[in-house]
Amino acid sequence: MVVKTKSIIMDELALRRTITRLAHEILERCKGTESIGIVGIRTRGEFVAKRIAQKIEEVENVQIPVGVLDTVMYRDDFRIKSRLPKIEITDIPFDVDDKILILVDDVIYTGRTIRAAMDALMDFGRPSAIQLAVLIDRGHRELPIKADYIGKSVPTAHYEEVQVMMQEIDGKDEILLVEVDQ
Amino acid sequence: MNLSIKHLLGLEGVPRDDINAILDTAFSFREVLERPIKKVPTLRSITVLNLFFENSTRTRISFELAEKRLSADMVNFSASGSSLAKGETLRDTVQNIYAMKVDVVVMRHPVPGSVKLLSQFVDAVVINAGDGTHEHPTQALLDMMSIKEKCGSLEDLNVAIIGDIRHSRVALSNIYGLRTMGANVLLCGPPTFIPYGVESLGVKVTYDLDEALDFADVINVLRIQKERQGKGLIPSLREYRNVYGVTQQRLSKLKKTITIMHPGPINRGVEIDSDVADSEHSIILHQVLNGVAVRMSILFLLAGGK
Repeated sequence: MVVKTKSIIMDELALRRTITRLAHEILERCKGTESIGIVGIRTRGEFVAKRIAQKIEEVENVQIPVGVLDTVMYRDDFRIKSRLPKIEITDIPFDVDDKILILVDDVIYTGRTIRAAMDALMDFGRPSAIQLAVLIDRGHRELPIKADYIGKSVPTAHYEEVQVMMQEIDGKDEILLVEVDQ
Repeated sequence: MNLSIKHLLGLEGVPRDDINAILDTAFSFREVLERPIKKVPTLRSITVLNLFFENSTRTRISFELAEKRLSADMVNFSASGSSLAKGETLRDTVQNIYAMKVDVVVMRHPVPGSVKLLSQFVDAVVINAGDGTHEHPTQALLDMMSIKEKCGSLEDLNVAIIGDIRHSRVALSNIYGLRTMGANVLLCGPPTFIPYGVESLGVKVTYDLDEALDFADVINVLRIQKERQGKGLIPSLREYRNVYGVTQQRLSKLKKTITIMHPGPINRGVEIDSDVADSEHSIILHQVLNGVAVRMSILFLLAGGK
């Protein structure tokens, strides 16, 4: 497998600014921090979610509850793939009833992960609303789903991939558009 | 994340990576059991047949709950009230039910090896829920999950299995699993309850309960299986209790605390006293909850893929 970098979508500084903007947009639209809960989708959505929460905390001096969600149990594709995905622990340490849940992922593509995530969230209770924040929207939706907060929209082709790297897991902050030759 | 095994017939020969995958996935599924809605759509397209040729309470309920929590369809079969009474063989019974398209067969049967035989003539995933005195792999996996939860790791942990080893499928599966995971295993019981040559499985044997307690970080106390033993293996239940009963009095002589496990059903006042079974160091009820999670994990890992 050869991975060819086609362009840098965001470097460290741009990523930080984007997260700052997303945090402010969330605050503006939700009119404050009351009844907000943030849920990151594993793997990298978790770290995006934690950074947004941290930024909100810096700005408003309020701690926002953050959870992590694994969507594998709700996915529709593990029966057509030859390898089973690993199921990680879901941890939503707060009551979701009547909360505005901000669902956070790194990249939105077909929308199927978000569909699975929304189904999962509904099993935790009845949030008053679910909103979606993503770093990158790469298009090609297969379901009627759209993000409320978008870091950057990037037109892509199916054979390309958006590679998000984050300090917490990859050792650096960078988002690349790559082409993968199988 | 795919297992190397196709069926779960026993833990003999099941590699460490498979056991780790089953336990890790089980911890993820256990979280589902604590949600307000304890159900996920993961195995919606799967049909499971539960075949119980022997009595069971917790294993059967545990499997049924695991299947329901994963949204699998399930069919139950018990030996009583079936065509077996009309003389149908196991093979014919199962092949007929299998012809109705099931994906997984969970079977408990009094004959050792029956599960392996079954796996040879149906194309479904076969899971052993106890085959005679042979193996009971899901029990051993939930035991290992409970130990891992309490102690962090199984590597180099000292586990004593106490009681009727000879008639216990739980003991045999535990021995295979714990040895694979790097735990040290000591068996303890009267000589009539210890199978000849069992040391060849890489375990030690003692006939002295105090020595076993001295060795152990964890004890797994087995039930005295009244229905399985012939006469004359132990003089009386009262004598058994005096020599091999795990009592608070014995435990309080030790300078450490021991984690207490029991696969159930408990004969209180025989192999274990009530105050020990209900003490803060007992993880008996954790074992029961973990049992559902471990069975969900096995069902997902064996039947979830293509």
